[in-house]
Amino acid sequence: MILKPRLEDLKIIGYYLGKIILGLALTMTVPIAIGLGFGEINPTLDFVLGIIISTICGYLLTVFCFTEKDMNWMHGMIVVSLAWLAAMVLGAIPLYLSGHWKSFLDACFDAMSGLATTGLVLVQDLDHLSYAHNFWRHFIMFIGGQGVVVVALSFFVKGMSGAFKMYVGEARDERILPNVINTARFIWIVSLTYLVLGTLALGLVGIWEGMRPMNAFFHGVCNFMAAFDTGGFTPQSQNILYYHSFLYEIVTIMIMILGAINFKLHYHIWTGNRKEVFKNIETVTLFITVMVTFGIVAVGLTQVGIYPNAEGLFRKGFYQLISGHTGTGFQTLYDQQFMSDWNHLAIVGVIIAMALGGAVCSTTGAIKMLRVGVIFTALGEDIKRIIMPEKAIVVKKFHHIKEIFLEDKLARSALMITLCYLVLYILGAFAGTFYGYPFLDSLFESTSAAANVGLTCGVTSVGMPNGLKVVYIFQMWAGRLEFLSIFTLLGFLFAVFKGKK
Amino acid sequence: MRKNILQISGFLALMMLPIALYAQPLSVAEIIKNVKSFDGKTITFEGEVIGDVMRRGNFAWVNVYNYDDALGVWMSASLAAGIDHTGSHRETGDKIEVVGVFHRACPEHGGDMDLHAQGLRRISCGTLIPNVPSRKKRNFIIFLLGAFIVLWIFTRSKRS
Repeated sequence: MILKPRLEDLKIIGYYLGKIILGLALTMTVPIAIGLGFGEINPTLDFVLGIIISTICGYLLTVFCFTEKDMNWMHGMIVVSLAWLAAMVLGAIPLYLSGHWKSFLDACFDAMSGLATTGLVLVQDLDHLSYAHNFWRHFIMFIGGQGVVVVALSFFVKGMSGAFKMYVGEARDERILPNVINTARFIWIVSLTYLVLGTLALGLVGIWEGMRPMNAFFHGVCNFMAAFDTGGFTPQSQNILYYHSFLYEIVTIMIMILGAINFKLHYHIWTGNRKEVFKNIETVTLFITVMVTFGIVAVGLTQVGIYPNAEGLFRKGFYQLISGHTGTGFQTLYDQQFMSDWNHLAIVGVIIAMALGGAVCSTTGAIKMLRVGVIFTALGEDIKRIIMPEKAIVVKKFHHIKEIFLEDKLARSALMITLCYLVLYILGAFAGTFYGYPFLDSLFESTSAAANVGLTCGVTSVGMPNGLKVVYIFQMWAGRLEFLSIFTLLGFLFAVFKGKK
Repeated sequence: MRKNILQISGFLALMMLPIALYAQPLSVAEIIKNVKSFDGKTITFEGEVIGDVMRRGNFAWVNVYNYDDALGVWMSASLAAGIDHTGSHRETGDKIEVVGVFHRACPEHGGDMDLHAQGLRRISCGTLIPNVPSRKKRNFIIFLLGAFIVLWIFTRSKRS
């Protein structure tokens, strides 16, 4: 029997949601500072409006839903799923006010794309967008990549048990440090350290390649946030192709890979345990899957014969592949070139890479390497059981920070989430086909949205049907939160309407 | 004789047609749609210069935007020197017409789709975009701030 939620449940959810919204409002002070610094008056006003509206919403929720009770698991999951929707709507306000988005839905699409570190865009005339708005687009990737809730956990939420429930709801179940708030702060320290180093590297390369210093560093900080958070937005409409620079592409590849590895692994690297990189099941699996999918892409592109030399194959084939596999979405091709210049074999290679993703507890999306590694290890174990004598006991371990026994429960959990992702990819592909797009194009775009990648073959465009925009928004949201908090929200809504008192 | 002249004229006109076609400014979408026929050919491309003019030794990369997308143009530094304004939030860039060889996957530039400029003509100069504060937005901010202050006072007084 499903029980109807009580008023107390609604108040708990509303109160903590309000706190997170207040935290989000505070983040808008950064683009305000950027706008004032560059003398961009109207963009500054857009963010002032955004911050006031967000503050009013957050304040109303914290006042009218005030409670001293802590969250349980259900509350934590629901707060997370709603917080992401609230962040999308509130984050879209300054974007829409800029006049560069055709509709509020388009602005919400880009806001969710940023927060979910996807990178699909509907912005118009990006090359004339203000510094303030452009920075905001990349900053929400930084916030979303770390975790909207992680931001709040780091600075605003008191009380530890509720904090952990929200942390898990945001698809982060790895504890790097014993205390989840310290874990959240560690993630920030790593990210901010890399931010400084990455911005410096990209800025200096930009100047070397002929950019003006101010633009070089502005692009550097934006592209770092997009690369490390495996988002894929860039300040210009041509994406990474704008720079026409092999060196720039190499630096972004390094940052993308850093962003795609587990923050726990970053902790071990930082504390001197570098052997973990070679032993960890995720890094080993990532290496294998990158090699296999690049092999598929390389064979496909060689059949087409479009790139005249190894440099072209690397800068186009490997770049798009690693961008897709890490879930970043940086492109050095025009959207339509995927379907016009590549053959189906190469495109399928990229789709598989996008579908697999990077490490758990990283900024990337999709199925993730730990699950892929566990599934294949479990498959190997089952094959061994069949081959070995009946009385033999087969016990399998794998290394992920420590030695872990491969239990059935672990394999089942990995398979369940993998199945959810595969269903999401297929459903999105059907939606695209329903709206008249070819199946392969639809599958490419759907996988890109649900796996939070951002590579596009041209389906995502301003002229796309609104229904498909909503489908992709849902896919980006569900893919980023890894379903659990979404299912909890849906169950909660069902209980609100159909539950017994 | 007259028939011969007409035939020769007709033949010459037909020969000129492809040149004339490629002499019409193209959009990036059109180029991509017909990429195989344009690959290695001389085309005319027209649009606004955006971002930075990225000088690299004796050459420069200039990204030119028209209709729907931008195309990278590789040109000599002397041609690039003729560009004064580049498009950004605060100004529109120079509108230029470039004639050059189009590459679908340039062997010199790592497979980039690009245009190697042979000639450049500035059609119009870029201009500053006015930066006038919006009265509507300012008034709405004042209204919302006022509403928030009232709300805050009301909730505080209710609590006490």
